[in-house]
Amino acid sequence: MSSHGIESGKIHEASASVLRDAHLQGAYKSSTLRLYTERLHAIEGVPGFERLRQRGRALKREVIEHLDEYASQFADSVERNGGRVHWALNAEEVCSFVLKIAQDAGATEVVKAKTMVSEEVGLNHYLESAGIRGIESDLGELIVQLADERPAHIVAPAIHKTRQDVSNLFVNHLKCERTEEPERLTAIARRALRECFARARVGLSGANFAVADTGAIVLVENEGNIRFSTTAPRIHIALVGLEKIIPRFEDLAVFLRLLPRSGTGQKLTAYTSILTGPRRHGEDGPEAMHVVLVDNGRVGMLADEKMREALYCIRCGACLNACPVYRKIGGHAYGWVYSGPIGALVTPSMVGLGAARELPFASSLCGACREVCPVQINIPDLLLHLRAKSQELPPARKPPGAPVSERGSMRFWAFVMLRPWLYRFASGLARLGQRLYARNQWIQKLPVYPASQWTAGRDFPALAKMTFRKRWKHL
Amino acid sequence: MFRLHRVRGNCMAPSRPRVSLFITCLGDQFFPEVGEAAVKVLRRLGAEVTFNPAQTCCGQPAFNTGYRDEARAVARRVLDIYDDAEYIVAPSGSCTTMIRVFYPELFSGEPVLEERAKKLGGRLFEFSEFLVKVMKVTDVEASFPHRVTYHDSCHLLRELKIESEPRALLHAVRGLDMVEMQDFKLCCGFGGTFAVKFPEVSVAMGEDKLQAAIESGAEYLVANDSGCLMHLAGLIHRRNLPVRTIHLAELLAAQE
Repeated sequence: MSSHGIESGKIHEASASVLRDAHLQGAYKSSTLRLYTERLHAIEGVPGFERLRQRGRALKREVIEHLDEYASQFADSVERNGGRVHWALNAEEVCSFVLKIAQDAGATEVVKAKTMVSEEVGLNHYLESAGIRGIESDLGELIVQLADERPAHIVAPAIHKTRQDVSNLFVNHLKCERTEEPERLTAIARRALRECFARARVGLSGANFAVADTGAIVLVENEGNIRFSTTAPRIHIALVGLEKIIPRFEDLAVFLRLLPRSGTGQKLTAYTSILTGPRRHGEDGPEAMHVVLVDNGRVGMLADEKMREALYCIRCGACLNACPVYRKIGGHAYGWVYSGPIGALVTPSMVGLGAARELPFASSLCGACREVCPVQINIPDLLLHLRAKSQELPPARKPPGAPVSERGSMRFWAFVMLRPWLYRFASGLARLGQRLYARNQWIQKLPVYPASQWTAGRDFPALAKMTFRKRWKHL
Repeated sequence: MFRLHRVRGNCMAPSRPRVSLFITCLGDQFFPEVGEAAVKVLRRLGAEVTFNPAQTCCGQPAFNTGYRDEARAVARRVLDIYDDAEYIVAPSGSCTTMIRVFYPELFSGEPVLEERAKKLGGRLFEFSEFLVKVMKVTDVEASFPHRVTYHDSCHLLRELKIESEPRALLHAVRGLDMVEMQDFKLCCGFGGTFAVKFPEVSVAMGEDKLQAAIESGAEYLVANDSGCLMHLAGLIHRRNLPVRTIHLAELLAAQE
């Protein structure tokens, strides 16, 4: 599995391959089920959780509708605290800021806390070409880094790896003893990382929330590696997607109750860090704090009145755990950094709809995602919106075996549906035609796309001998 | 015998409603028996059923696939066809959702059409919804002595919020043994266009649903949507699986 490039166009082949892999099927099924169930338990204890979701949505709406003001306020607050703000338009700008800071500090490595934005911009690869190592301190990220894979889930990067897989990776890459016990595996990773924390000059994190009024970066985690990466090195860099901004410090009361419960089924994660600038006189901590505010397609989403809602996302991963499609095909099939329902929404906005036009269709629109989203994003509606936008692009290649383009078929379909006489005529014609294929009221093979797609895996009912409208006369 | 149920004193069910049947394209072409069953049940309860032959489709296939112009054209015609119907009943959560939830969105920006769409959405009901919420009936004098499990179709459940009505109707069926299967709210994998764009995933999801149905010990899997049932029945037939599908309307018409 390549860790570079956009492979969303290969989602059909990729998902078919994952479906045939019993090992992966088992891993995804048990992990997503566990996270889904734990979320349910965690919210049982919160009467009024629905109101909390509504409040979360209202707060996100407030920010997104006035993002320019809040981003500006956030930047001012960070600078007031002694931090420095960099505005990055795209991946190239994010990477070059980070490289410059690392080079100026004479760093040969950057210790990284988990940040999906760094995956988005391909930071590790960029730094490596300049001779700087990006060391993943998050256990899940470390695992996928060793496997040379992208994260398979927004919150649990190695969700698809079993203990056995991890054990093999550690033995091969870290040259340690073989064990499948999670505690021992964690201890091995900790040992390997302890040194890195001590010697690294630059620590890089993301942000779960960026508070506009106080300029704080808020980070939640269970391992403690974020705490280490952001406080031990002299320099801390935080990559912050523009959508991470929340208005006021007290709004954390809403978001910190939504995020851990939705993401991992915890009331609170083991560590919650609120970082407000670099160290002051007489304190411990980094001398310098750089906040990189990242656009990379987010402003484009903002400009689209409908897609704007996708910026409410607090990256909890609950939609992935609830999605019956994600559970089957996993994260890598989506072909880029973000997977599952939210991935299908943000990927086209960040890499261009043309490169990811299949993603909005990789959903049955069941709505399970919307049910669990802590900020009530209407994901199915946004997917439908992207589907409509994708049909405004130049038409895709005709699928193999298709006599006409999809647009042509739809135009023909509409033409028929608008004319009952033609609809009736077509009904009769189809009944004649199906005699070639139907046996005992079932059809096992249809030659023409898209019907052939149906019959590849299941039978298709033959058209009833008489339509309802013909039988109506006798009813 | 049609029984009148009074709810909250002042909310009377209509005594002899005029119902225009929205058969749906799948119902018309593949499952006319579902339409027949719906008519039978409605008449049994004293409704007068009419059928407007001008109908063809609600437009969802085009809308689902992103072809909004085509969907709009077809939807526009549906608005005209049902302009003067008092009640419209569709044996489909999916088509009811398309009209009630998505027509206003399709016509947003065109206030007159949007208003007409909203009015139509107010007069259109999914079959089980109509029986329970409008006719205020849960006992339709059906008799179906089999073990049955109910599948919540996604649009019906999550867009229309209909889940207690079908269950109430099933519980009143004589001889029926209703069991809930594991993950009864999990999508069956049909998803309209999804079934042909991502067929392997669609089939894999269908397999999971059918396994749950079989494990529940049910003889029949019942649902309110022909799309779901067509997909599952096709899989059952291909793999020769020990469970059968039936539409809620057919089950309620049964007097075995």
